[in-house]
Amino acid sequence: MSSPTIDRATFADLEQTAGPEFAVELVDTFLAEAPAMLADLRRALAAGDADAFRRTAHSLKSNGNTFGAQAFAAMARGLELGGMAPVQTAAGKPLDALDAEYARVASALTELTRD
Amino acid sequence: MTEILRGAARLLVVDDNKVNRLLLARSLESMGHRVAMAENGRVALATLRQDGYDLVLLDIEMPEMDGFQVLEQIRGDLQLRDVPVLVTSSVEGLDNVVRCVELGAEDYLPKPVNAVLLKARVGACLEKKRLRDQQKELVRRFAAPEVAQDLQSSGFALGGKRVQGSVLFSDIRGFTSLAETQPPEETIELLNTYYTLMFDAIGGHGGIVSQIAGDGLMAIFGAPLPLPHHCDAAVHTALEMIELIRLFGAEQAAAGKPAIRIGIGIASGDMVAGYTGTNERATYTCIGDTVNLASRLEQHTKEAGRSILIDAATRAGLRDPVAVEGLGAVAVRGKVQAVDVFAVVSEQ
Repeated sequence: MSSPTIDRATFADLEQTAGPEFAVELVDTFLAEAPAMLADLRRALAAGDADAFRRTAHSLKSNGNTFGAQAFAAMARGLELGGMAPVQTAAGKPLDALDAEYARVASALTELTRD
Repeated sequence: MTEILRGAARLLVVDDNKVNRLLLARSLESMGHRVAMAENGRVALATLRQDGYDLVLLDIEMPEMDGFQVLEQIRGDLQLRDVPVLVTSSVEGLDNVVRCVELGAEDYLPKPVNAVLLKARVGACLEKKRLRDQQKELVRRFAAPEVAQDLQSSGFALGGKRVQGSVLFSDIRGFTSLAETQPPEETIELLNTYYTLMFDAIGGHGGIVSQIAGDGLMAIFGAPLPLPHHCDAAVHTALEMIELIRLFGAEQAAAGKPAIRIGIGIASGDMVAGYTGTNERATYTCIGDTVNLASRLEQHTKEAGRSILIDAATRAGLRDPVAVEGLGAVAVRGKVQAVDVFAVVSEQ
């Protein structure tokens, strides 16, 4: 995959709409909230709570789209639509992949908002 | 121009995701609106019931109570059903979007929300809300609350339905000569007091005022909502009207002003209730023989020298003990056959 972790055009749009300072605030909010949501996803899987799993994946997808985190959003969308079964079959691998992508997103967003 | 048009509307953003909530609220605030936030459907409904809002921006996927449930609750709530809802969601599937619209959502905006589109949709929703508010205000001012509510819940359509009920006509005796002896301002004031008293009496017994014309009024008991004991309701209303007019007369006399007297006619039975007129200008009323008879009985009070006259059907329908005196068969104007007429004896 050669596409960037964060789509610059989308992020620039966000900065323009919300204002650069508020965009930073949004990034901070996302970075504060996302780890708990990723943990919720694992908890829902362990508890077999399909609704919570879908809802949390949906929420992460939505945030990914907002910041232009396209790969992250696509993975979350896959979880939202695919449900828990494929994740269970793959022994939780898709969640590990999502966590790894989140780490890249977090550092890219931090980089972008540090300028 | 209203506050909404100038841009400062009260909006409620409902989203369980904090980033989404903050971003949407920020965008709306930058358009000049006042924004409150709720993190799920349950909180949203509680907030809506507490304060008035001009528009709700609603997410679908939420814990505790999702957007579909919120839409259902709003639709089933007479207080809330007029608040427009704009669904903003990245929910998958066209069927979900269709479901939102079917549940009464004004429109649907996919997330991430495009700022230009957001501004246009919010503007359109608020304009629609403003027109609806105006309409409601007009209906409220010119129609009985029950009719306004019936209009809201079943919509407007010319034509009627058959109902069982009682009709009451009342008229001020000697109103024309009264109007000639005093300045028009005083006559208007007198009429307004008179109508206030009569509306209270009618509404207090479950009736609605269908028409007012000059010094006369027509009230219906049993439409648009059925009223189990409409005969009792109409007769008790008449007795209360007479009593109120007596008290009002005493007040007038003390102020050196003329007292008024009224005549009341009541008939009961089958009638057709509904909107008559044109699509542009219509009124909720009842028509039929029963209505004509009530009007004739009211006119007959002058000749009979009684305040309240009722027909046989009303008398037969009375469950409460009311002093009634039979006047025998009377030939009323507009009726081929004489009808049995009864006078209700008011304690005076």
